[in-house]
Amino acid sequence: MAKSIRARASAKGDTTTVKALITHPMETGLRKDKKTGKKIPAHFIQEVVAKHNGNTVMTAQWSGAVSKNPYLSFQFTGGKKGDSLELSWVDNKGGKDSITAKVK
Amino acid sequence: MQRRTFLKGSLASSAVAVAVGAGLLSPRVVLAAWPKAAFEAKSVQDAMTNLFGSAQSAPSGDIKIKAPDIAENGAVVPVSVKTGMGNISDISIIAEKNGVPLAANFVLGSTAKGFVSTRIKMGKTSNVIAVVKAGGKLYSARKEVKVTIGGCGG
Repeated sequence: MAKSIRARASAKGDTTTVKALITHPMETGLRKDKKTGKKIPAHFIQEVVAKHNGNTVMTAQWSGAVSKNPYLSFQFTGGKKGDSLELSWVDNKGGKDSITAKVK
Repeated sequence: MQRRTFLKGSLASSAVAVAVGAGLLSPRVVLAAWPKAAFEAKSVQDAMTNLFGSAQSAPSGDIKIKAPDIAENGAVVPVSVKTGMGNISDISIIAEKNGVPLAANFVLGSTAKGFVSTRIKMGKTSNVIAVVKAGGKLYSARKEVKVTIGGCGG
């Protein structure tokens, strides 16, 4: 599951804006397969954790109601150019991935 | 003899599979913080009670929801929530008439600003409610989004 995250963090003044795109099917578990009529099992990201230089700045808790290939953006203060920003996610099936981006 | 070694081999590999299964379970244990009950609640009230311990929130003009007035595709509705409040601990995005209303909850650290943006699915036209927990109090704002094609089911 490597490279499922694309993230960009940019510092402007005191504010760092993080934008991330994650590749994930985000199945709610309610959708039906049109051919077989069976329900497609739920498969979605439950938690995304963002760490700035090792400190957690944001934890996103998601349900299946977040769109497929989720987009996420948030801001925090105190980030500088060259700081590390780690993003990691875990889904309901135990799948996970993480990436470390540099603040630009 | 060959059969016996084969059995032994398959037994050993199934034991490995069990171990892997147990290993896969551990991330879920770590996720104890994930508010399962709130994400299973079928009403806005229940979701908020499960998540924040209260369904009472004060309407606030300091919460801005940016979402389209009309969403052509309910599967992808961009929603941004912005607030100038301090001491924010949580921002939740709730789609009022979804089967499971609570779409996302963002737990913010002390350095995070009052801004989150994501894309959610909406089953039908309804209010998008943003709930902000700041300084231990709950504030909310809502905005109606008309959905022309639902994003759930299909």
